[in-house]
Amino acid sequence: MARINSAAQLEKVRKDIVLKKDPNKPCIAICGGIGCLGGREDLIRAFEKEIKKQKLEGKVDVRVTGCHGFCAQGPNIVIYPEEICYTKVKPEDAQQIISETVVGKTIVDRLVYIDPNTGEKAVHQSEIPFYKKQVRNILGMNPKIDPKSIDDYLAIGGYSSLAKALLEMKPQEVLEEVKKANLRGRGGGGFPAGLKWETARNAPAELKYVICNGHEGEPGAYMDRAIFQGNPHLIIEGLIIGGYAIGAKQGFIYTRHDMPRLRENIDIALEAAREHGFIGNDILGSGFDFDIEVHLDVGIFVSGEASALMRSIEGKAPEPRPKYTRTAVKGIWERPSNLNNVETWANVPQIIGKGADWYLGIGSEGSKGTKMISLSGNIVNSGVVEVPFGTSLKEIVYDIGGGIPNGKKLKAIHFGAAMGGSLPAELIDTPLDFDVMSKLGAAIGAGGLFVMDEDTSMVEMNRFFLEFLADESCGKCVPCREGIRQMLRILTRMSMGKGKEGDIEALEELCEVGSLASLCALGKTTSSPIYSSLRYFRNEYEASIEDKGCTV
Amino acid sequence: MDNRRIDEIINKYDGKPNSVIMVLMDIQHENKWLPREVLEKVSNKLGVPLSEVLHIATFYKTFSLKPQGRHEVHVCTGTSCHQRGSAKILEKVQDLIGIKPGETTPDLRFSLEKGSCLGCCTLGPEIVVDGMHHSNITPDDVEAILKNYK
Repeated sequence: MARINSAAQLEKVRKDIVLKKDPNKPCIAICGGIGCLGGREDLIRAFEKEIKKQKLEGKVDVRVTGCHGFCAQGPNIVIYPEEICYTKVKPEDAQQIISETVVGKTIVDRLVYIDPNTGEKAVHQSEIPFYKKQVRNILGMNPKIDPKSIDDYLAIGGYSSLAKALLEMKPQEVLEEVKKANLRGRGGGGFPAGLKWETARNAPAELKYVICNGHEGEPGAYMDRAIFQGNPHLIIEGLIIGGYAIGAKQGFIYTRHDMPRLRENIDIALEAAREHGFIGNDILGSGFDFDIEVHLDVGIFVSGEASALMRSIEGKAPEPRPKYTRTAVKGIWERPSNLNNVETWANVPQIIGKGADWYLGIGSEGSKGTKMISLSGNIVNSGVVEVPFGTSLKEIVYDIGGGIPNGKKLKAIHFGAAMGGSLPAELIDTPLDFDVMSKLGAAIGAGGLFVMDEDTSMVEMNRFFLEFLADESCGKCVPCREGIRQMLRILTRMSMGKGKEGDIEALEELCEVGSLASLCALGKTTSSPIYSSLRYFRNEYEASIEDKGCTV
Repeated sequence: MDNRRIDEIINKYDGKPNSVIMVLMDIQHENKWLPREVLEKVSNKLGVPLSEVLHIATFYKTFSLKPQGRHEVHVCTGTSCHQRGSAKILEKVQDLIGIKPGETTPDLRFSLEKGSCLGCCTLGPEIVVDGMHHSNITPDDVEAILKNYK
């Protein structure tokens, strides 16, 4: 492929790709997410074999895509052009699907999703309640593209936002657009991305960096890898636009080492982007140079923390440093380094492409756009969902998530795993909103929503979170290292019903010291789940002292 | 691991001192552990003090300074798997192969790891053997799964 040197060339390439594609050619889109295939390839092989067997080579495509979202019903497939959706597909179903649906154009009833509440059949994704209430501006692209094919991404308008930014806008204008859209960081803090970009842009330095944080170490959070593995070009496009706005010529992608398919898709995407001239010198003839390097986390939670991550890119052990100066001013090699997470970067192309005014029309007062959420725990439909900010937790848990399994009652909704907070069932009408939820003590975090049913003991849950953090703390600063150890000791005792008088007060004191005196976010927010559960479930802590036995 | 292969890996990263993590990881992936003499060689070749190389090699959980078993058994103990009973799965695995997380069986058949959510909470509780996910299992399923890995 020759490199593309102008907006006109990009449009021509896109037109040629679209013209070459026959919209009526049958295609079986198999979800290649880990929840659907679990590391196996037998479903893909079964379809390929069956196509050969029925002499349909070249007439039917098989597309292995990123996560479709509905992991609970996986493996999921969608058959184009009719967009027929089958769930829980097994390799032995391939023969029937090809002969009856792809060739015969009839529906295989037993593979169609049935709404357990109404008994109604849902032949298309849009009819399934799980998908119906979502607004899938980002995730919706996943079933439509092969993440290994840049042509698929170009066909749906890929890299046109980059062309617009580089060729029609000044860097300052790109920055203003992102600021106006009030894009807030999706990695946990909800800090306005535009302000961070501005800090990095204004920092006086020749060399600056932009970083995509794809570490996603928070247990129960898996939406970033769903979009990164399924649509890597989207994130790459966002990162290049960010580099342009900030004045950085070098980008870094920091991602997981333990997901070979994710890494493979990123590498293939970067190479294709380089061949097409979206990365490299004089991108699209604009005079802007930009390159991207991939770094891998090697298995420790704290390396997702911004300053630790930057040290890791420098080749050092990822210990956080005190942030007297922001990393946007002094980060990698003491140079301005703007870090945002995968989902934040994924939002950038649509903000530039469709404009801040369009973006401001989605979401709540203070939180704009959509949010990807991964549902896990005691919930019927676990999986990845995308909803506009402002959607109530009730809609997410019940309408989309299908409620609590085994006829149990909801006890709490937990966000942000070991550094987040829990809301009791009574607060189910709370809207998904950075500020509202922060005030209630359960910050959205990265977007892992964990559901607990009535059988859950909050004391035991918090003990579990501390056990995780005790393992993952880097051990550099005392309040975190020793504080977690002491809190874990107390909670272990309490979870066995052997709490002592004064334990709750000691916990509160340790929480306070840890949150004030720790070096990084890991130590500072260790206390969050304990604070929130003491706020809403204090009786359980008290019971584990008085009654000499956990309430649940 | 032979010296030539180590050189190849180091050269792949242009021998830059900041590539020490990537170099160690490539070696770990291929060799499954980092022998002392390999660490010394990396230190010499990249010009990074051995103490710093060791700092990194001992800091990250993925790096192993001991030989690893032929099969890597990973019991997910992330929040969702925990909620769905992973503690009992881990207990069963420990009983069956007689080692704790972080250890390797004397016959080098299995290494056991726990922890780190792998982001397939729908499949939980699960164990992953050599990258293959065995999902929605009960403690009773464990024996039959491990049998397949000699």
